[in-house]
Amino acid sequence: MEANVFQIIWFAVWGVLWGAYFMLDGFVLGTGFMSGFLAKNDTERRVLINTVGPVWDGNEVWLVTAGGVTFAAFPTTYALMFSNLYTALLLLLFSLIVRGVAFEFRGKMDSDGWKSGWDMALTVSSFLPALLFGVAFGNIFKGIPMRNDFATANFAYDGSLLTLLNPYGLLTGVLFVMLFAVHGSLYAAIKTTGELSARAGQMAARLWLPLLVVAVAFLGYSYPATKLYSNYISTPVLILLPLVAVVSLLLVKVFTSKGRLHMAFLFSCLTIAFVVFTGVAGLFPNLIPSSLDPLSNLTIYNSSSSLYTLKLMAGVAVVFVPIVICYKIWVYRIFRGRVSNEDVLGNHEAY
Amino acid sequence: MDALMLSRLQFAVTGMFHFIFVPLTLGLSIMIAWMETRYVATGDEMWLRMTKFWGKLFLINFALGVVTGITMEFQFGMNWAEYSRYVGDIFGAPLAIEATVAFFMESVFIGLWIFGWDKVSKKVHLLSIWLVAIATNLSALWILLANGWMQNPVGYVIRNNRAEMVDFTALITNPYGLIKFGHQLVSGYTVAAFFVMGISAWHLLRKNEVDFFKRSFRQAALFGLVSAVLVAGIGDMHAVEIAKVQPAKFAAMESIWETQKNAGMNLILLPDEKRECNAIERLCVPNMVSMLAFHDATAEVKGLKDFPKDERPPVLPVFLSFRLMVGLGTYLILASALAVLLSFRKNLEDNRLFLTVLLLSIPLPYIANQLGWLVAEVGRQPWIVYGVLKTAAAVSKSVSTLQVAISLAGFTILYGALGVIDIYLLGKYARKGPDNDLSGIINVQGRG
Ligand code: HDD
Ligand code: HEM
Ligand code: HEM
Repeated sequence: MEANVFQIIWFAVWGVLWGAYFMLDGFVLGTGFMSGFLAKNDTERRVLINTVGPVWDGNEVWLVTAGGVTFAAFPTTYALMFSNLYTALLLLLFSLIVRGVAFEFRGKMDSDGWKSGWDMALTVSSFLPALLFGVAFGNIFKGIPMRNDFATANFAYDGSLLTLLNPYGLLTGVLFVMLFAVHGSLYAAIKTTGELSARAGQMAARLWLPLLVVAVAFLGYSYPATKLYSNYISTPVLILLPLVAVVSLLLVKVFTSKGRLHMAFLFSCLTIAFVVFTGVAGLFPNLIPSSLDPLSNLTIYNSSSSLYTLKLMAGVAVVFVPIVICYKIWVYRIFRGRVSNEDVLGNHEAY
Repeated sequence: MDALMLSRLQFAVTGMFHFIFVPLTLGLSIMIAWMETRYVATGDEMWLRMTKFWGKLFLINFALGVVTGITMEFQFGMNWAEYSRYVGDIFGAPLAIEATVAFFMESVFIGLWIFGWDKVSKKVHLLSIWLVAIATNLSALWILLANGWMQNPVGYVIRNNRAEMVDFTALITNPYGLIKFGHQLVSGYTVAAFFVMGISAWHLLRKNEVDFFKRSFRQAALFGLVSAVLVAGIGDMHAVEIAKVQPAKFAAMESIWETQKNAGMNLILLPDEKRECNAIERLCVPNMVSMLAFHDATAEVKGLKDFPKDERPPVLPVFLSFRLMVGLGTYLILASALAVLLSFRKNLEDNRLFLTVLLLSIPLPYIANQLGWLVAEVGRQPWIVYGVLKTAAAVSKSVSTLQVAISLAGFTILYGALGVIDIYLLGKYARKGPDNDLSGIINVQGRG
């Protein structure tokens, strides 16, 4: 009984970490791949990069932590998730590597070719993770073709990168891209000034309807393609999660139209987090279902760490996560202002 | 080559590449924090210019350290799934703690440090670089405790078909991990010290910004000497620990084939693995190996022949790497001692020969670091977790040879390109020298 409690707690933490990661890196990725559409010249590009400059690395660490927590709390899931999705993760890694250095390297040489090369690299390396994460999570919601025998520790996978590129996976990929595009545009709008800010606001407004269409399609297609809804039928109170997601998405539109973009951004954060929570809650108690055989599902019961480790890690989390959240909020507040053209032109430190 | 060999190669390539950037970060973050501390304490603008100049190089290096680190985190699951499943219960914990405790702090405050010059007070700005330095060193602690566990597994039982943690205290007080941490920190500091000395030497040779670079040089020389001495001291402790817990690795490090008392050290030696003996043995220092291993001249040292053939590490690479590392360590102590002496003389910039030697010495501590990891990791073979799990049993089963071949090729090309760019940029900004125009910062900070 007690073991169950900790397994459930870590399942919740697992979901929250992914939600937090997508909410935070979502706007960095979104600003990254939208920057080509939003910025009209080199200075505006630099402004956009500098709006995410102070925070991108800190946001990416949520991914490192999500990975680390999967490893520590659900080692079997970590092992099979990362090895079965090898090629997709490889592309993801390459993208994240290129994105990270693009921020640092772009401004380090005074040549147009150099800069436009890194601009291109930033666009592609921000777009691919958005798409790949979506595809990966779509497939996780749907289940992947694996046969696992937990008693003998025998695990087999018969899929490839192509298996992942099924219609539902791709639709989820598009959903993530659209979510991050709106999210990144709103972030750009509230963090910049003048024309750039106005352009970003209009972009968010324009992308909202397509996003809504994709989101509705996703919710509809999830019914035949996944088993996500069964938990909602057996435990109706869970419907609050998708409800918050949907209401937030609608409020994004309301506040964008009114020009209250800070509020719109806030609800965009909630939309992303609750879309992830919706999916994760639908999975419970699975972390990754098998599309071949329910006995092969990776669940919180057959893939978790020992009670000792779960308790220990809970202690670590209870002490340190609040500290992390406090200093993150503090630093976000320090950088709450907008970045203007003059800011980057007169500054040696800026990217 | 099969998926196993390729995965090992890939881990080696990506690990060693990550480890080009990590040691400099470990040491330079502390040196920069010290420079900024002096600036805040004295108001002397030279310290501020030093902070900015070395800080710029720090950031170029840091960027690659961060992005290559993510690869490491993912690779355990991607290539070593059986390993991850088998030991994740105990091995995953330090990795998750590292992210929670160290990486967040490091990444958040590096952002504040880079972009916060005109946003926070001098003191808060100073605090942010100290937090970065502390976090960086903390991250080394957790990753090395993880690696220390692979070298000397403690605090676990085999249960439910895997290794489960039963004693976290044993994990974090594992002497192997703690010694590794100590040795690693100071070897990182040595890298940073020689980096700063070498670049300062380049400018001094050109009589460029002489005061600025003399001051940088002196700070680095002192830091370097203390660190280099500690590297050797803690390295010696490391060897003692290895003789105790991984005798096969120790025998390979010294290329000892027969178990013997009063084991001596041949200064010139070449192992012959086929014939299970040494092809060349010259200039023997009596009792030296016994002294090194157990601090006792008569102690018995186990020879390689006492281990079954399939439980011996490859002897030649381990032996050569160890010898070279120790040789480099000795050189680094001498070089930094001389540097300290000369740095207190007036005419440091006229010692052209010595400055040139120091410039050329920049790569040496880097090489020593890489060699150290070769000793540690190759010397542990065929085990991935010493005595618990063989490397061959740890590799992912669902990943094909072709997949790993492609990923290894991809990493090699991508890392190769990024490495070239990074070194080019470091060279460019190192040669450019410090900025003179600090008016922006000082004005704003004066108000703040
Ligand atoms: C500046 C770099 C540097 C220098 C000069 C030295 N080392 Fe070292 N050494 C390292 C950098 C390093 C390292 C990169 O930090 C390693 C790799 C693994 C580790 O934990 O530390 C290491 C590993 C390592 C190991 C193997 C650890 C293992 O198997 O787990 C031993 C026994 C020593 N060292 C001993 C020495 C001695 C006796 C030295 C004499 C001066 C010495 N090292 C110089
Ligand atoms: C960053 C510094 C490191 C470097 C340069 C490094 C280097 C290497 C090398 C050269 C190998 C190949 C050994 C062989 O195949 O014969 C290897 C293997 C490996 N190391 Fe490390 N290592 C580093 C740190 C670590 C740490 C901190 C860990 C664990 C936390 C680790 C875990 C492994 C694993 C899992 C393998 C694969 C299995 C094997 O071939 O031994 N390494 N590493
Ligand atoms: C082989 C196992 C290793 C793994 C899994 C690993 C993981 C990581 C990750 C995920 C990052 C990026 C953090 C960020 O985004 O800010 C990183 C950076 C870093 N790692 Fe590693 N690492 C390994 C080896 C090492 C070793 C052996 C050390 C130190 C002794 C080390 C020290 C650092 C430091 C100081 C950074 C900060 C960035 C930098 O300084 O370059 N890592 N590592």
